Order: sequence, then C-alpha cells, then structure tokens
Amino acid sequence: MTRKRRRLFAVLLGLGMLAVATTLVLLALSSNDSLAFFISPSELKTEKGPDGRRLRLGGLVQQSSVVRSADGKTVRFRVTDGNNAVAVTYTGLLPDLFREGQGVVVEGKLGADGALDADTVLAKHDEKYMPREVVDALKKSGHWQEGAAGGPAQETAR
Amino acid sequence: MIVELGHFALILALLLAMVQASVPLLGAARRKAGWMTLGQSTAVAQFVLVSLAFAALINAYVTSDFSVANVAENSHSTKPLLYKITGVWGNHEGSMMLWVFILSLFGAAVAWFGDNLPPTLRARVLAVQGMIGTGFLLFILLTSDPFHRLVPAPLDGRGLNPVLQDPGLAFHPPFLYLGYVGFSVAFSFAVAALIEGRVDAAWARWVRPWTLAAWCALTVGIAMGSWWAYYTLGWGGWWFWDPVENASFMPWLVGTALLHSAIVVEKRDALKSWTILLAIVTFSLSLVGTFLVRSGVLTSVHAFAVDPARGTFILLLLLVAIGGSLALYAARAPRLKSGGIFAPISREGALVLNNLLLCTGCATVFLGTLYPLFSDAVGGPKLSVGFPFFNRTFVPLMVPVLIAVAIGPLLAWKRGDLAAALQRLWLALAGTVAAVLIGFYVTGGGPVLAVLGLGLAAWVLLAAAVEWAERIRLLRAPWRESWRRARSLPRAAHGMTLAHMGLAITVAGIAASAWQQERIEVVAPGGTLAIAGYVLHLDGMTKLPGADFTADRASITVTRGGETVTVMHPEKRFFPLQQMATAMTAIHTNLLADLYVALGDSDGKGGWTVRAYWKPLVPWIWIGAVAMAAGGLVSLSDRRWRIGVAARARAPRGARPAE
Amino acid sequence: MKRALYLLPVALFLVLAGYFAVALRPGRDPSLLPSALIDKPAPDFALAGLDGTPGLSLASLKGQVAVVNFFASWCVPCRAEEPLLLRLAEQEHVPLYGIAYKDKPADAQRYLAQLGDPYRRIGVDESGRTGIDFGVYGVPETYIIDQAGHIRFRYVGPLTAETLERELLPRVKALGAS
Repeated sequence: MTRKRRRLFAVLLGLGMLAVATTLVLLALSSNDSLAFFISPSELKTEKGPDGRRLRLGGLVQQSSVVRSADGKTVRFRVTDGNNAVAVTYTGLLPDLFREGQGVVVEGKLGADGALDADTVLAKHDEKYMPREVVDALKKSGHWQEGAAGGPAQETAR
Repeated sequence: MIVELGHFALILALLLAMVQASVPLLGAARRKAGWMTLGQSTAVAQFVLVSLAFAALINAYVTSDFSVANVAENSHSTKPLLYKITGVWGNHEGSMMLWVFILSLFGAAVAWFGDNLPPTLRARVLAVQGMIGTGFLLFILLTSDPFHRLVPAPLDGRGLNPVLQDPGLAFHPPFLYLGYVGFSVAFSFAVAALIEGRVDAAWARWVRPWTLAAWCALTVGIAMGSWWAYYTLGWGGWWFWDPVENASFMPWLVGTALLHSAIVVEKRDALKSWTILLAIVTFSLSLVGTFLVRSGVLTSVHAFAVDPARGTFILLLLLVAIGGSLALYAARAPRLKSGGIFAPISREGALVLNNLLLCTGCATVFLGTLYPLFSDAVGGPKLSVGFPFFNRTFVPLMVPVLIAVAIGPLLAWKRGDLAAALQRLWLALAGTVAAVLIGFYVTGGGPVLAVLGLGLAAWVLLAAAVEWAERIRLLRAPWRESWRRARSLPRAAHGMTLAHMGLAITVAGIAASAWQQERIEVVAPGGTLAIAGYVLHLDGMTKLPGADFTADRASITVTRGGETVTVMHPEKRFFPLQQMATAMTAIHTNLLADLYVALGDSDGKGGWTVRAYWKPLVPWIWIGAVAMAAGGLVSLSDRRWRIGVAARARAPRGARPAE
Repeated sequence: MKRALYLLPVALFLVLAGYFAVALRPGRDPSLLPSALIDKPAPDFALAGLDGTPGLSLASLKGQVAVVNFFASWCVPCRAEEPLLLRLAEQEHVPLYGIAYKDKPADAQRYLAQLGDPYRRIGVDESGRTGIDFGVYGVPETYIIDQAGHIRFRYVGPLTAETLERELLPRVKALGAS
C-alpha cells in the first residue's frame, strides 16, 4: 500500500465517518422527542405550541396551586410567569427543592386537556439561582429586570 | 494574618509563573542551560507557594474564620470537620484554587521526574505549563479572589449547600481536576514538540504515562460523579447527558483516543501530527468544559456560579490557549515527518478506527451539548437537547468501537490478518452467540437492543480473556509455563486486558438498565410495597437530629419469599439554616442488582410517598469503571516508564538507527 | 490542500469562540443595573411591619426622596453593608426604609437588634412577592424612589463606602434639590 493510497484510504474513512455521523445527527434532530422547545406560559396561551413536540416550560410555581391526587402519586400545579398560568400534571417524586413560589422548569408534552403532562421537573432553591430559561421567560413578561448575573454583586449577594 | 500570607503567596506564584513561562523558552531557543534549568526551580517554587496559599484557605475553613468572605458564604461553624475541608472546593473560588494547586503539582512533577527528558524539551514543556499557570492565577486573582475579607465579620457562615454535603461529591472534584489538569501535561508536551519541530517514539513514551495518569483520575472522577447522582438525586438515574456531565465526558473520550494513538507513535512512529492534535484537543475540551460550567452559558441541573464577567475572562483564556496552540499546529504540523506505513487491516488500522469513532462520538456529544447555544446565537428557538438525541447518535457510534476493541489487539502491527484473528476468537464468538440466545430465552425476547448490548459486552469480555489466555498459552502449555509467561508479559499488556474487561462490565451494566422496575406508592407505617419479588414493609418513621439537620427516617424491612433480606433506612433531611430538604436514598446491593428506595413527601395523613427501584447489574457500571482505571494504573506501573529505567535504557536506544 | 487540512482545527475553533462570545453578549455592568423600571412608577406594595410597628407601603413613601433597601437576616453581605446604612441614616439623614426579603419577622427583629436598626420603617416581604415585583435579583439591593414614587436608581449587592459616596448620595441629593 503506497503512501498515496493510504492517504486516500484515511480521507475516505474520515469522510465516511462524517457521513454516518451527520446522518445520525439529522435523524436524531428530526425526531419528536430529542429536542424540547422552551416556552413560557404566555406563549403557550397565545401560540398553542407546536404539536406533539416536547416542551420545556419555565416559570414560578403558582401559590397554593399544588394539588396532590388521592393516591398521592400524581401532582397537579400551575406554572405562571405572572400574566398567564399553565396547568401541569406530574407523576412521581418531586425534587427536594420544589416549592410554591419557586422557579421551576418542567418538561413534557401537551395533553389533550391543555395541561402539560410533565415527565421531568427541575427546581432550584437558591435565592440567587433561577434556571436561565426561567429568567428569560419572566423577563419577557415584564416580571424580571435584567439581573446582575455576575460581578462582585453575584459573589456576595446571596 | 495567615489569610493575607496565602494571598501574598498566590501573587508571588503568579510572578514566578510568568518567569517560568518566558525564561526557559528563551533559554531553549538560545541554548542557554542556566535559563532552561530555571524552569525546574520555578515550577517547584510555584508548587510550594500555591500549596501555601491553598493551605491558608483550608486553614481559614477549618478554623471557621468568617472574616473571609468565601468562608462565610460557604461554611458554618456547626459543620463536621470533613465538610469544612471539602467545602473548600464546593464553591467557585475554592475549586479554582484546587485547580491551580493540581496544575502546580503536575508542573513540579514534570520538574522532578523529567530527568530523562532532553533539556530543551523539558524547558519548553515547563514554559507551556507556566503559561497555563499564569492564565489561571490571573483568573483567580482578578475575578475570583478566595481571600477577600469581610468587615465586620459575620457571626456565622451561610453554610455549604446541603446537596454538596456528601462524601461522594466531596471527593469527586479533586479526581475530576486531576484528570482535566493532568491532560495539561500532554498539551504542554504537544506544544513543546511543535516548537521543537520533532516528534518521535521517545516523545510518545514520555507523554503516555502522564496521559494515562490523567485518564485514570478522570475515569474515577466521572464514575464518582455518576455514582453521586445515582444515590443522592433520588430518581435512580446515573447519567443525564447534562452539560456538566458532558463537559467531563468529552475530554475523556478524546483522552481515550489520545491514549491509543500515542501507542502507535511509540511503536510505529506513525500518526504523529494526529496525536499532537489529539493532545491539544483533549486539554482544550477540559478548558471548554470549565468555560461551560463556570460561565453559565448553558443551563444545567447542577451549575456553579453563573457569571458572565468570569465567562469573558475564561473565553479570553480559551482564545489564547486553544487558538494559539491550534494556530501553532497549523503552522508547524505539516512539517512533521510522517513515519511508518501500515495496511488498513492492522493493529494501527484498528487504532485509527477507534480514534475516528471516539472523536466522532465526542463530536456528536459536543454538538448536542452546544446545540441550544448555537440555536440561541442565530436567533433560533430556545430549546434543549434531551437524552434521546445522545442515545440515537452517540450509542450507535460506540457499537463498532466495541466490536473493534475485541479484534484490534489480535491483529499484527503493519499488516494484520482479519480472518486469522476472527478464527482465534471463535470461542469468544460462540460465547457471545450463546449469551445472546440465553438472554432472549430468559427475558422472553425482551428489549432486543438491550440483549444485543449484553451480547456486545460478552464479546468484548470474552475476546479480552481469549487474547490474554493466548498470550500466556493458558491451558495450551503447562501451568508453570503459563505462569512464567504471565510474569514476563509487560504490565501494560495486563493493564490493557483489565481495562477492556472493565469496559465490557460497564457496557453490561448500562445495557441491563432496560430491565429495571419502578414502583411509586404512598405507604403508611405498617403498609407494604412489592417490587421484583421483594416485599418492602414500612415499619415506622422516626425523627432524628443530625449535625446541622433534622431527619425523618424510615425503617423498611425487606423480605423475599417470607425471609428477611435486609432493613433499609431512607431519610428525608431538613437543613434549617438553608431552609432546604434533601432525600437520602437507601440502597441494598448484592452486586448483581440494586434495590433502591427513596423517600418522598409526607401526605399529611401519616403516609409517605415511597419510590422503589429494582435495578439489575447497575453496580457493574461503576465496577467496570474502577476496573478501567485499575487497568490504567497497572499499565502505568510498567517498568518501561519507571524513573531511571528509561534513563538506563537511553544508551541502547540512542544506538538504534534513527527512526 | 494539505495545508488547508491543518488549518481546519483552528478555523473551527474560531467559529466556536465566536458563538461563545455571542452567548456571553448580554454585556452589562455587574452592579449598576439599567433596570427596566428606572424612571417608571415603582410597583405598588403594602407590607406589614415588625411586631407592633407600622408597616411600609408605596403610598407612605411619596413626597420625599426615599432609599429602599432589601435585606434579610440570612444574608451575609447584608451584614457587611449594615454599618454603612447606619451612617447613611444617622449622619446623612437620608430617609432609609427597609424591606425584609423572604424573612421571618422574628429573625429580622433579632438581626436588627444585633447590628442596629438604620431604617425609619420596615416592611416584611415574607413571601418574596414585592421582591419579584421589583425584580430583586438577590439581597441586598438598594433603590432610590423619588417624590412621585418613581424608581430612579438601583444598586445590586452590598454597598461599599465608595459606591455610597459616588453613586448613591449624589443622586439622593440631586433629586432632593430638584
């Protein structure tokens, strides 16, 4: 095998790998459950949200909206951005940091009744910390001012 | 006073790092021996100074000196001593201190153990280390000073985030950083080689042990992080394809490729510029990982401080370090002489395939991790990439890797014989087919992909065993002969077998997660919950005081077929200081399967939400990872790399014809 | 051609770095915040006071240039700025009002008893609702509200002697004079 043929072989192998990877990536991206689109409660009210796609809804858990089903397994609550609220159902253990009035990100698909059927609930407790998406959503609805996400203020102001 | 000394030591270390970054480099260019050796003394002195600074910070934590802002925010006087110490790196500033401490440790190690290096190479390696040190020390002193004082001092601290108050997480960052920072040595060697314009087998022999050591630490670090997530987060998952996890996984993937391509440079003097590129990319990915985690450009479940100011600094650091080294690569690498020629079907060919697949896999992980960022930057929709993406792209790419891992070691260098290799693997092939058939029979045709995954694991495991057995002529020759052969076999060969077997074990653990069972019930004391043939009796709940928390502790007796197996105690802990609750899961393992119980909320009527899992083979994921790291360590103990041996071997090596 | 291949990594990296730079783009001064509420009416609030003392409402602040400081007993940096607030109230005679953010009245009381109480009046925002309305990012945060009840200035994080002299006091004085 000459040097030239070896190089040709290496290039072909590399290109083949690239083709396989690109195909896999495109296939994965075009499937319904790979990507979750971030959306705020207000957007969901007005735009209805893309059908059958996974949604990632960010906002605050509305005060006194958390209701547990009789068997205690399913939880219903509302996620609000201050202007609109969306009902969410979730079956399973809520994260330790989940609380009313707290920032959350829930992920799942929209059910027929307009409630989000969540399979993931993320919550952060830290007074300073809100998931970035939540901040963005609250900002859009005018409930949040551009925060000092940094600098000396960030280090010390907790 | 001690705190100010620490701060002062850090500033001195920065000045020394600047000297280390410049003088030896000039010395190497002008062949001035004195200038070159300055690199060694500054590296050692820098290590001493950074150690002093780090010790000063630890001292402030241990003595609960709340006049230091960093201590006040992250520690508390009632905290157990262990968590006072590990709390040092549980926050941004302290973890960056740990980072430079390890960096200076590696720098000093190169100075100590580098006696057998050519003086110019050693001077240049140390200079590059000095540059990295300069960058990070500047970063700490300018944006993340851990020694900042508070006047007046608060009476007590704010306490460590309770989630971090855990032995698993306490020791996870040091290992992770040993890995990340360890790759800086390979990076420095690569950049030094580009400056020298020379890469040879000896270069690869020097680089490999450092890479191997870093790789072992990173393997352990990633495994610990995943184990921590498994037993603390309470939903039984051990890998979430979260940006922070991906940030540590990407350097591991490329580092694994580097480990293998360095073998080709060492044995066959080929793939030189590729190996250099891998060394640069591995450390670059460690830096990018730091950037992603520290700057908060990506949302993560467990993000550290979110801070664009720091992000900008790290981005500048990235531009200089990665941009600079890659530009140097573009300028110098074309001039590197390419070495030995090999056929596509050969040991080299298999290693190239492994390299390409690992790098492609890493690229898909990279794309998935950064896709939200790209989408956001071009004004596209805000989105997040979920685990299905990674399962569909990364996992298929790893299937050929696993197939090739089994065959590669049986191929000869230069030109291999695939048919002959497969023939020697007939036993492994038969075993694999048997495993798959048994798998289908036992699970009743269960998830096809999972059964095939188990088959792949069996294939890798059996092939590694067959290859090892053949090498020592196990069962073909008398025992005594096999024993003698096993002892004379290089440690590196044993290490490879062990690491490949570890990989197989981990793959089996991952594949078997398809059969896990899950039950969530509200159980009142006296009630039961049944899962996977076990019956869980909730005997009662007790309230317990802890060091800085109070706990609701469940007592659950587990029976199987009427016989008591064990008693489990999951807890729900409440930390009044932070107004925060965490769940402590209880896990019962028999090494073949885990029984995993997490406690949810009380329903207010005496009942508690209980989530129980039965997870077959899940411990194997971490057992396999430990075996991989152990394989790396065995390989690292190979006498070729021991101090002195290489020096003694230098004379005959020099007598060999030029490669 | 061969040369171009070697240039590929650095080119790819530069593209990537460009994306990173864009992601960091919200370039902002970390402490001086161009709040969306600047020069707009402050959100309305009416909060209960600590035991026995009258509470704090937006209406009660009108007619003067008031400095409103969000604090909490659980907040370490608040302790750091406490002496400066005392100075502000006692020596500069600035009308300073406190809002205890996500704090229990008893804890806030103990905190003030310990460090000294610089506030003319205090409102307890136990739910954090007022904080969200103001867009409080974290405590401490300090606002200047003018005679008409408009927010004129916002400072995030603990005040330092320097920021007090250079940012806060001149503004209070300028507003008071107009």
